[in-house]
Amino acid sequence: MRTTSARSSDWRARAHAGWWAFAVHRCSGLALAVFLPLHFWVLGQALTGPPALDAILRWAEQPWVKASEVGLVLLLAVHLSGGLRLLLIEFVTWRAAWQPRLIAAAGGVALLCALLFALNLA
Amino acid sequence: MMGAPRREALLWLAQRASAVVLALCVVVHLATMIVAVRGGLSAAEILARTRGSVVWAAFYLVFVAAIAIHAPIGVRAILAESSGGHRRRLDIAMAAFALLLLAAGLRAVYAVTAG
Amino acid sequence: MSTLVVRVWRGGQGAGAGRFETYDVPRQPAQTVLDVVTHIQRRIDPTLAYRFACRVGMCGSCAMTVNGKARWTCRTHVQAVAGDGVLEIAPLAHFPVIRDLVTDMRAFFDKWAQAKGEFVPTASRRDPFAGVEPASAARRAVDAAIECIGCGICHSSCDVVAWNPAYLGPAALNRAWTLVNDVRDGARAARLAAVAGDAGCHACHTHQSCTERCPKKLAPTASIAALKRTTAFAALAGEIE
Repeated sequence: MRTTSARSSDWRARAHAGWWAFAVHRCSGLALAVFLPLHFWVLGQALTGPPALDAILRWAEQPWVKASEVGLVLLLAVHLSGGLRLLLIEFVTWRAAWQPRLIAAAGGVALLCALLFALNLA
Repeated sequence: MMGAPRREALLWLAQRASAVVLALCVVVHLATMIVAVRGGLSAAEILARTRGSVVWAAFYLVFVAAIAIHAPIGVRAILAESSGGHRRRLDIAMAAFALLLLAAGLRAVYAVTAG
Repeated sequence: MSTLVVRVWRGGQGAGAGRFETYDVPRQPAQTVLDVVTHIQRRIDPTLAYRFACRVGMCGSCAMTVNGKARWTCRTHVQAVAGDGVLEIAPLAHFPVIRDLVTDMRAFFDKWAQAKGEFVPTASRRDPFAGVEPASAARRAVDAAIECIGCGICHSSCDVVAWNPAYLGPAALNRAWTLVNDVRDGARAARLAAVAGDAGCHACHTHQSCTERCPKKLAPTASIAALKRTTAFAALAGEIE
């Protein structure tokens, strides 16, 4: 039987909370994975003494760096809260009605963390 | 050589177990960051907290170890889907990334606790 | 009486290259998408190929992509999906297309078999009936997932099916989970190994598209999550290689 190739889904099939939660979780995880080696390198500069680390921290005073830090905190918090939601589904329980609320709660908690950090920066 | 089912199942378990450890570490880390950045941050302030501290050393060692397990397994899943990669190449990439994180992480922990 | 503007995907064997063709269909009260497809084939273009059987939401044969989402067309009221009078009908995604709205379901059922989605008996007719406690946790887990009729909507809605061609898919894994919990079944170890491979339960990323679209309101996401847990602990206990 001859067949033609399968059609793929488009954004209409993905317009629901669970898919967005996945997208955020994957993007935040990837971004953190890329960031971490840099983070470790910067901290490792302390080996050469406070001056090197201080130089970097002074560079980090620039507004765009500060904004990125808030972004990083948001990425970490959202990956954590989303991850806890997944651990709940995989190890504890599944209640269909809870799913949208859990996703909303995870997002809310992450935003709160980022806000606290941003407020403390000022 | 481990069969694919056993390997996939154990990698999944390792990633979830390290996730639980990381959940605790990240909560501590976020709280520390939120408190520590008040009024700016300097090397002296970071090091005053961490230098010579066995507690912080132990904490960051556990943190780094958990990251070195958790992140590479996650990245492997992304690579598997986007590259249609062969298992062998994926496993090598995963191991290489784990070693990178471990090496850089341990150096960082040493730098801020022992110096 | 108003008119529906209906875009229908045509193409495949003997039907030319894949493209959307537009038809005008008179709107009726309580009209379903299957009614619309039937009207087109009977009154406008007899060459249109499509599948249906029971037309009352029991068999799952009429599943198609309606305005981008996989649905049973016999149970989809036009009113609910074509508010602006426009309807887009295409074959189920992620299945090879035979012609027009008809897809090749073989891979779907092959994966069902690969996931060891069939019951393996341990008793014979000479043995007494198996005693299965309905209120037991295992039986409740089976009951929550057993109503699947193999319509393919979840498979069509799952992006991992597209990203990982070997992925067994939500339906096959969901069925495997019901059998893992069936106390009469004799193939637990083989089944756990079958669902734990490279393209097994661990490839699921909890998008929940399957659960979102299942017309029987099943939750393959939950079944797959349980399989992840079960296979992991089985691997630790040395049950799977």
